[in-house]
Amino acid sequence: MSQTVNVTQAATREIAGPLLELTDVTTHFRTPRGMVRAVDGVSFTLDRGQSLGIVGESGSGKTILSRSIMGLLPTRGTERGGSIKFAGREVGNLGRKQMRTIWGKEMAMIFQDPMTSLNPLMKIGAQISEPLRIHLGMSHADAAATARRLLQDVRIPEPDRRLEQYPHELSGGMRQRVMIAIAMACGPTALFADEPTTALDVTVQAQILDLLGEQRRDRNMSLVLVTHDLGVVAGHTDEIAVMYGGKLVEKAPTRRLFAAMKMPYTEALLASIPKMADPSHTRLSVIGGRPPDLVHPPIGCRFAPRCPYAREKCQSDEPPLIATDDDPSHTFACWYPVGSPEYHESRERNAAKKVEAA
Amino acid sequence: MAGTGKAHLRTEGDVLLRVEDLVVEFPVGRTGLKVNAVSGISFDVLRGETLGLVGESGCGKSTTGRAVMQLRPPDSGSVAFEGRELTSMSHNDMREARTRMQMIFQDPISSLNPRRKVREIVLEPLSIWKRGTKEERSQKVDDLLNEVGIDPERAAESQPHQFSGGQCQRISIARSLVLDPTLIICDEPVSALDVSVQAQVLNLLEDLKAKHGLTLIFIAHDLAVVKNISDRIAVMYLGKMCEVAPSDQLYASPAHHYTSVLLDSIPVPDPEVAITKMAIEGEPPSPVLPPAGCRFNPRCPAADDRCRSEEPQLREVAAAHFVACHHPLIGGDAPVTVSAGAAH
Repeated sequence: MSQTVNVTQAATREIAGPLLELTDVTTHFRTPRGMVRAVDGVSFTLDRGQSLGIVGESGSGKTILSRSIMGLLPTRGTERGGSIKFAGREVGNLGRKQMRTIWGKEMAMIFQDPMTSLNPLMKIGAQISEPLRIHLGMSHADAAATARRLLQDVRIPEPDRRLEQYPHELSGGMRQRVMIAIAMACGPTALFADEPTTALDVTVQAQILDLLGEQRRDRNMSLVLVTHDLGVVAGHTDEIAVMYGGKLVEKAPTRRLFAAMKMPYTEALLASIPKMADPSHTRLSVIGGRPPDLVHPPIGCRFAPRCPYAREKCQSDEPPLIATDDDPSHTFACWYPVGSPEYHESRERNAAKKVEAA
Repeated sequence: MAGTGKAHLRTEGDVLLRVEDLVVEFPVGRTGLKVNAVSGISFDVLRGETLGLVGESGCGKSTTGRAVMQLRPPDSGSVAFEGRELTSMSHNDMREARTRMQMIFQDPISSLNPRRKVREIVLEPLSIWKRGTKEERSQKVDDLLNEVGIDPERAAESQPHQFSGGQCQRISIARSLVLDPTLIICDEPVSALDVSVQAQVLNLLEDLKAKHGLTLIFIAHDLAVVKNISDRIAVMYLGKMCEVAPSDQLYASPAHHYTSVLLDSIPVPDPEVAITKMAIEGEPPSPVLPPAGCRFNPRCPAADDRCRSEEPQLREVAAAHFVACHHPLIGGDAPVTVSAGAAH
């Protein structure tokens, strides 16, 4: 059956080398206040079939980075630099017309708000079959049959009835399933999910995350999960990249990151989450201050003004992203990483200061 | 979720707020149908206590908070605050009572008037109620702004949009405290904030609660956040109360199947913790036509015929731990009762 071949085509396509290779990617926006350095020199690679979590607070550049890779940014007022290679092909400088040959078939994206990402005036069936007809040139009948199968894949009960419904007739969780079905329609090799579960309830969130993981395995697809929730990425990604102030500050395999984080920001972010295992009224540790202004980012390390371990060097010299001694896949950007002698010394010094102040 | 029942209401101690059989319904157009947003829940809050109200979207937790404030007067039931019945109160008495019960909302930016200076926003309640002299009011506002970590001078010349989300939530908190209330109802106060800012606001609420002797009702969907701040937690599902327990007890040994599922679905920020396969399918049904019997029965792994016909009552399964379930996870099966509370 032709539609079956098309839907699973991603699983059979072979690519040598990493699927995604970013080198010094920058995305700056011209604004009346000055240049906003939303993404400022990010490099990493992602292999076929792997899942990567991009974590950071609001304004860290995680969403702009994923949209830069997808080529979904406004052209006016945007200045882009660096190189984005997808399956060996440079896509960072492609125009919309050329990107259209990549969207859907190569890369697809799902967004936070399933309410507004679907066309309210089109039936579900039409929205799923549209990319099949446009990108894969399927006939109406083939596209309709494939759409039905896709709804079954994302576990929507009664697919025949749903195909004839409009988005407002579906719950938030169902709509996000439809979004996933649309994204899967043309068998992409990479799926970008930007806060896919933030608008959903916890029980539905768990279902959607399971579904994304299952689709990734079945289709040998790469998954980039952009989120502010370390809990979401902990159980659903192979690797995690932590962003702060437009920069990549730490990247490591998920288990390794949680077991041996190097960047004080990663440590602080994890410490500020209320833990279920702690008794109630446990005092939460906080990160003082606020994220940096990306028009005038701090000189040196961008986290230095908020970092409890910062020293003079941090305020003047920007730390490079370097690999740890024992694991080349674990990179971080910090002069005095967690666990170093200077880190312990600063911690004791700052603790002493606090006692004095009190 | 059953539950109706008032076994969990306390007779001893200084009860600040007592809500009984609260019902809130919204008509659906002209269809004659109605959304059963809150269907007969009861709870109480002692002075100085923090009650956490948790549940998924549409479970009625926000509606409950608003009904307590009489912002949407309940269709039936009673709300007694400081021993006085609010539902039958005159408009003027209610205005007066609201000075002692305040609310903080989810979206800090849109809950502040965008055209006014922040300091005026915090000062306004004092001017309306003509509390103290002009100097005293001014001093009070400055003190409060300092307490929540906002510079009063900057507040005097800035509008809400010049502050970040976390700062706006601090401003909302200052405004809610300016009339010296006893009860603060916080409706998802941190869900729009980043985790690092969320921790700052939660710590601030704890500090202010201790300093001003506040009683809090904390409404949220994030169970870890609710556990952190609450003394006692009430779990809601589809307009009903499922379980009420001291927070550590609830998390250590949930008695209701829904609570257990809810706890299992929370993503834990630790890759070493195995992800439990979801024991639950689907989504909450529509509150327009809620299921008969226990409202959780269509999704419950332990549901039987009794659950489909007879509504369970809240009963004590451990010390201060109440659950509305025929087959609770702790405490054994319910004694056979006359099906008094069966399907409304």
